[in-house]
Amino acid sequence: MQGPIIGKLSRISGPMIAADGMLGVGMGEIVRVGKMGLMGEVIRIDGETVYAQVYEDTSGMYLGEPVESLGTPLSVELGPGLLGMTYDGIQRPLITLQKSSGDFIARGLTAEPLDYVRKWAWTPTVKVGDSVTTGDFLGNVPETEFLKHYVMVPPNISGKIASIAGTGEYNIHETIATLDNGTQLTMTHKWPVKRPRPFRRKLPAVTPFITGQRVLDMLFPVVLGGSAIVPGGFGAGKTVVEQQISKFCNADIIVYVGCGERGNEMADVLDEFPHLTDPKTGGPLMNRTILVVNTSNMPVAAREASVYTGITLAEYYRDQGYDVAMMADSTSRWAEALREISSRLEEMPGEEGYPTYLSARLADFYERTGRIECLSTVNDTQAMRHGSLTLVGAVSPAGGDFSEPVTQNSMRVSGGFWALDAKLAYSRHYPSVNWNQSYSLYFKELQPWFRENAPKGWPERRQQAVDLLQKDTELQEIVQLVGPDALQDQERLILEISRMIKEVFLQQNAYSDDDAYSSLEKTGGLLEALMIFYEESQQAVQKGVHLTTILRHPSREEVARLREINSNGFMTKQKVVVDQVKAAMQGLIAAAV
Amino acid sequence: MSEPESDLLQKEYWDLKYITGPLVFLSNGGRFPTGAILDLTLENGQVRQGQVLEATTTHAVVQILQGTQGIDIKGTAVSLRDEAAKMACSVDVIGRRFNGTGIPIDGLAPIVADEEREIGGSAINPVSRDKPNDFIETGVSAIDGFNTLVRGQKLPVFSGSGLPANELANMIVQQSRVRGDDEEFVVIFASMGLTAREADYFLRSFEEGGQGSRVVAFMNKADDPAIERLFAPRCALTVAEYLAFEKGYQVLVVLTDMTSYCETLRQISSAREEIPGRRGYPGYMYTDLSTIYERAGRIVGKKGSITQIPILTMPDDDITHPIPDLTGYITEGQIVLGRGLHRQGVFPPVDILPCLSRLMNNGIGKGRTQPWHREWANQLYASYARGRDVRKLMAIVGEDALTEIDKNYLRFAINFEKFMVGQGERRRDIDGTFELGWKLMGLLPRQELTRIKRETVEQFYKETTNADFH
Repeated sequence: MQGPIIGKLSRISGPMIAADGMLGVGMGEIVRVGKMGLMGEVIRIDGETVYAQVYEDTSGMYLGEPVESLGTPLSVELGPGLLGMTYDGIQRPLITLQKSSGDFIARGLTAEPLDYVRKWAWTPTVKVGDSVTTGDFLGNVPETEFLKHYVMVPPNISGKIASIAGTGEYNIHETIATLDNGTQLTMTHKWPVKRPRPFRRKLPAVTPFITGQRVLDMLFPVVLGGSAIVPGGFGAGKTVVEQQISKFCNADIIVYVGCGERGNEMADVLDEFPHLTDPKTGGPLMNRTILVVNTSNMPVAAREASVYTGITLAEYYRDQGYDVAMMADSTSRWAEALREISSRLEEMPGEEGYPTYLSARLADFYERTGRIECLSTVNDTQAMRHGSLTLVGAVSPAGGDFSEPVTQNSMRVSGGFWALDAKLAYSRHYPSVNWNQSYSLYFKELQPWFRENAPKGWPERRQQAVDLLQKDTELQEIVQLVGPDALQDQERLILEISRMIKEVFLQQNAYSDDDAYSSLEKTGGLLEALMIFYEESQQAVQKGVHLTTILRHPSREEVARLREINSNGFMTKQKVVVDQVKAAMQGLIAAAV
Repeated sequence: MSEPESDLLQKEYWDLKYITGPLVFLSNGGRFPTGAILDLTLENGQVRQGQVLEATTTHAVVQILQGTQGIDIKGTAVSLRDEAAKMACSVDVIGRRFNGTGIPIDGLAPIVADEEREIGGSAINPVSRDKPNDFIETGVSAIDGFNTLVRGQKLPVFSGSGLPANELANMIVQQSRVRGDDEEFVVIFASMGLTAREADYFLRSFEEGGQGSRVVAFMNKADDPAIERLFAPRCALTVAEYLAFEKGYQVLVVLTDMTSYCETLRQISSAREEIPGRRGYPGYMYTDLSTIYERAGRIVGKKGSITQIPILTMPDDDITHPIPDLTGYITEGQIVLGRGLHRQGVFPPVDILPCLSRLMNNGIGKGRTQPWHREWANQLYASYARGRDVRKLMAIVGEDALTEIDKNYLRFAINFEKFMVGQGERRRDIDGTFELGWKLMGLLPRQELTRIKRETVEQFYKETTNADFH
């Protein structure tokens, strides 16, 4: 490669610039723009003029200022020390930026993504003479108290180990292995964010991504390695859903991308996560989390970078054999950034002004999820390694209207659709997942798992609840015409039970210590209790007990209050209540006959 | 923007080539940086300001603050005034009145700047943000009880034409206090396209309420140049940041009317022949609005705070219109006014169902308001929502077809609107709000209150009847 190509700024239009004299620069390469050295990415080439989107505010620059190509695409640095970090969209640690420019982010700053001073306790797992190839573990370091960070041979590299560092303390830039072809390896390597990291093959998914949210785990479960979108108008509770999932889900590692959203929300996460415990390990939740933050008032072009940065970090841990979940809040802001840049490039717009390649970009992005066989040598001593990447993408449709392009295009490529409903949110029904509109394509694949691992009768109880809710929707239509008094007691019972399902089971209080997380046991047990209450009262009604008597009976409140019982010890209380219900109904029947 | 420096000799150029709407195109884009403020000297000696929006080798696009009427291509000279739009900051701004671009209009001496700051501002580093958690008691039950405002929050009022948003905003300004705290606070008021009558209402109310000496006003009225509307909120927030984060003031910023601001944004966009987004508003309106709204907050280690109350008018009361829609996606909740309530004579006519305060949980609970505040609010919310559904149902099937329990909810909803929301102009403290809430819940059977912990219900529940409210 020849020296850097330096051209001249010839156009400035918001986040987009053009530079002349840039022949030889490739698409997607990073350029340094102007005297301030703002970072940008080449998105169009016209002869010797290149157009670039700039990741920082461009105001104050003069035409003619230098634009320099760095010859590399936007990349992230991968290695130990990522966990617990808070980055901006282009992997600059926000804490470093704070040190160099104070409470407000200045322009043109650079910062090392990883702490290169810190020493890691290295344990090698290969020896001199071993043949290694992409993905093979060279050794590991304890990245956190609970998580081993496996140092892998980077993609597209293989050879025989010529030397390997012994057990000891090393920083990320020290050579820890040398191959026979002279390649020196450290604990880190770089990877371009827009290129999916390689793997051997995708596998069918078989285990659920458990979120601890009843409505999702029971009605619309997603698989580890699957994807779901959470569309909802403002105030429907997208962010709370994303945050709850990242707190309680069964992934090993969470990458949380705040893309074009509120600063105070990120302050909330930063304040809260270090004090919460990881349900899997008991360590601080922050230790399994990487935050990528590009708030709405930070430069628009960096929004796109932030989601790609996030997913590349996620893939890196997936390649080590972990289950990784990525939250993207919100993908619509990224799409809007695409729209803005596209409009500055004067491209012919597609639907609602979005570029015509929106659907292709979204599809490429969602397809980076999956459960995979990792690349590595497989032989007698080394087994196949599996990893997974699950994606939950929030979508912010304009006016709350799901027919808009971002929602529609994301729906096509994601397996779970958790539609949030403003009307439910208005009556403080949270999570406001609409049970009629939402769906999951994974339920069939997961049936065997639930049958084997979830509380007994899970699929049947689920079906029973779904049928009741369906019946409820139909009955509500009649009620709207003739009023509830015109219904039979059996039908009114269905309305009342459905109301209980909604209030007790589908709603979940994110701010209650006992209800924010619902284990599979509690989820199954709570629904079971509700269904037993239904079956018993159905019988009672048949035997002539008045519906009002049943509804006024204190055992109904007991069932409703089960929700407040913590997942720990839930089943003990549940059994007591179920027995109470059975006895109560028998009593009512006896009195009526 | 700072006062023009007298007769500083600047290099002048005569290269205007095209004028359209509020924009002027210069034939050489390379002379000035983007964002720069230019002086345009007309043949008759009049000077106007413009800001460079875009620069290419063949031209530069400049928006003219005071309008393009009377500018001609031949006789107008252009010179650089400042590399960026700036505002003179000093504590002396308190009690003063400025136009939309930050030039004093109260006839008093110019501000001696302690510091000149670019009005565009920069983003607060998310790791520097402090969690907003000081409960602001506004004295309005619909806000304090159900959509609590905290220091550092941005909570807009969504209004409709003819609804009393200004009166509500004024009530908040007059009556807000933080419990057990008498820190220095300042109200910054940015008016964008207000009618003379509305602007006068605010300034007079501030005067009468004794806030006059604590108000900084940026006045862009309906008949002032539209482009200045884009500057007014930025000047206001630049001063706000200075006072809050340099001088330790608690700053409350009232921005009204954001709808006029967005109209101007659309006007510029269409003059630039950009591809329009929804309803003709530019695709970058979300980003643009965020650079205003996100300038609320608190910073770790700093005493002051910026709380924002933007007011906007929903065209045709449509909450899905791009202006309220994009605002709602950025702000931390919204207070929505309802026409139905207003017609019934309820004041303030806050339609609490679509209202939300995202930071409510930070400001309430044990040690702040009441440990059961959240559950209390959820219960009242859910019950009111059900009561409203019953009312709708009743309109179709008649009262007789309702069940007994439905009738309870109906009574509840009616009294809730009339007494809880419709408190009139009197201040009601949070304890009064709680008390009334329990009294309203007394209209419902005890076993309906499943959102509240049983012990709490037992402690506070007392059955009431309609008669207790009259």
